[in-house]
Amino acid sequence: MSINPNLAVNIGGLQLQNPVMPASGAFGEDMEEVIDFNRLGAVVPKSITKQPRGGNQTPRVCETYGGMINSIGIQSKGINYYLKHILPYYQKYQSPLISSISAESIDEFAEMSETIAEVPHVRAIELNISCPNLKGNGLAFGMDEALTYELIRKVRGVTDKPIIAKLTPNVTSIQDIARACEEAGADGLNVANTMLAMAIDVESRKPKVGNIMGGLSGPAVKPIIVRLIYQVYQATKLPIIGCGGVMTGMDAIEMMLAGATAVQVGTANFVTPTAMIDILEEIKAYMKRHGLVCIDDIVGGVAEPVTK
Amino acid sequence: MVVDASPVKETIEPGQFFNIKCGESYFPLLRRPFSIYKINDTTLEFMYLVKGAGTKYLTRLETGDKVNLFGPLGKPFSLEQSYQTILLVARGVGIATLAALAQKAAQDGIRAVAILSARTTNDLLAAQELQEFGAEVYKVTEEEGTSDVANVRKMVNQIMIEHPIDAVFTCGSKRLSILLQDMIKENHIPGQIALEEHMGCAMGVCYACVCDVKEEDAVHSVKVCKDGPVFPLEKVVLK
Repeated sequence: MSINPNLAVNIGGLQLQNPVMPASGAFGEDMEEVIDFNRLGAVVPKSITKQPRGGNQTPRVCETYGGMINSIGIQSKGINYYLKHILPYYQKYQSPLISSISAESIDEFAEMSETIAEVPHVRAIELNISCPNLKGNGLAFGMDEALTYELIRKVRGVTDKPIIAKLTPNVTSIQDIARACEEAGADGLNVANTMLAMAIDVESRKPKVGNIMGGLSGPAVKPIIVRLIYQVYQATKLPIIGCGGVMTGMDAIEMMLAGATAVQVGTANFVTPTAMIDILEEIKAYMKRHGLVCIDDIVGGVAEPVTK
Repeated sequence: MVVDASPVKETIEPGQFFNIKCGESYFPLLRRPFSIYKINDTTLEFMYLVKGAGTKYLTRLETGDKVNLFGPLGKPFSLEQSYQTILLVARGVGIATLAALAQKAAQDGIRAVAILSARTTNDLLAAQELQEFGAEVYKVTEEEGTSDVANVRKMVNQIMIEHPIDAVFTCGSKRLSILLQDMIKENHIPGQIALEEHMGCAMGVCYACVCDVKEEDAVHSVKVCKDGPVFPLEKVVLK
């Protein structure tokens, strides 16, 4: 006889029925025909910007070995449309909504967070301080410890709802950024956004994405993400959402062993539109097979090498 | 590639596409969008050009193998009942989606005239199939020096003199599409274009495959996978 494992997790005060949710930018209303949103740990609509944004020139995606590069550039209809149309759409689902915000300045992050956090069914804010496709050379707030601290601090001042900082992997020491987030009052960390990358078509000599550089995602980045999660888990006490290359339930478990409490699924949704449900089932099956009763039994459970 | 379409419950129409998994491993990782080439009673046919790792994988499949298809996706072509003669202009593998339309046109008793363009006569695809559907087919190639825009313009003009054309449909060439935008404006006839673009999700969530369309005086961005791939020809901004 096996006990039904409990998949519920808590991300800085946000209670989720399970640890599987979409990655911002790889999920949207149009997926409702393919999967039951009520089965997800949370729903995370695409990052919203204050003003409408056109996004980058096409091609916006290209394939690489075991992954893809995207340079979408946060095409967005702006915050007014988001408040009027996108957020209300998700009201009918019981899965908590995490609102992903992208902004051009610290003040704008705070202003947008304040407005969006006032929407009752927005249960948490994810601060996208790490999109590599907005500024030249992939520059992002999340690359600078002091800016990150100031940004989180400011947003902390405008809302009591959980704040999740989405970190960039394109840094020398992610631990420093993670600690800055913790000290500034963040409730959780998303590890991580895409990796700044580039691919060139050797026949035409053209970069394979219109914006020249883009963000690498997919199974190819997973070992780096596992390492980053492991480092962040050592450095802070904040719950971690692992993001980058989760294709299967075992990938999710691996991230949890490194220290993640939940995972986000992006690229896998494109390959298998029902991937998130499959991943959820695989996590459950793993827990049963190992006699684990809750996710906490996995988080940070990587075995350390025996020292002689 | 011919697949058993009996598991597909949805109605499948010309202009729509399937996003096909082209491998079992993580390379190639992403699905590839393929427009529908032929819609038969129990099977579906796809025509593809072997270009990269994905299409190479498809060539290795054998009769009886399973293919993972996601679809039907996208908005189809629309054929008005009042149409008597339509003009199809395709370049290269762009003919695939127009062949499906020619098939439907034949079923609806609409006459199709087609101009097929390719680099060489060897690259001309589906000419025979189109003829079997009753289409009148004209071929132009670089090889024969007949595929330049000026010559195609002359041909279209000539065709329009011979038959009144009720609508124009195109796929596969920006150059020819721009020409046809001009010509449908001059002749006050409607047109539809099937666009091709690199896709991510093919479900309308990722904003990878976008294009601009002009509605009245405003230009706005649409998703090729969800809002298209078929669009009114006159509205698409072809850069």
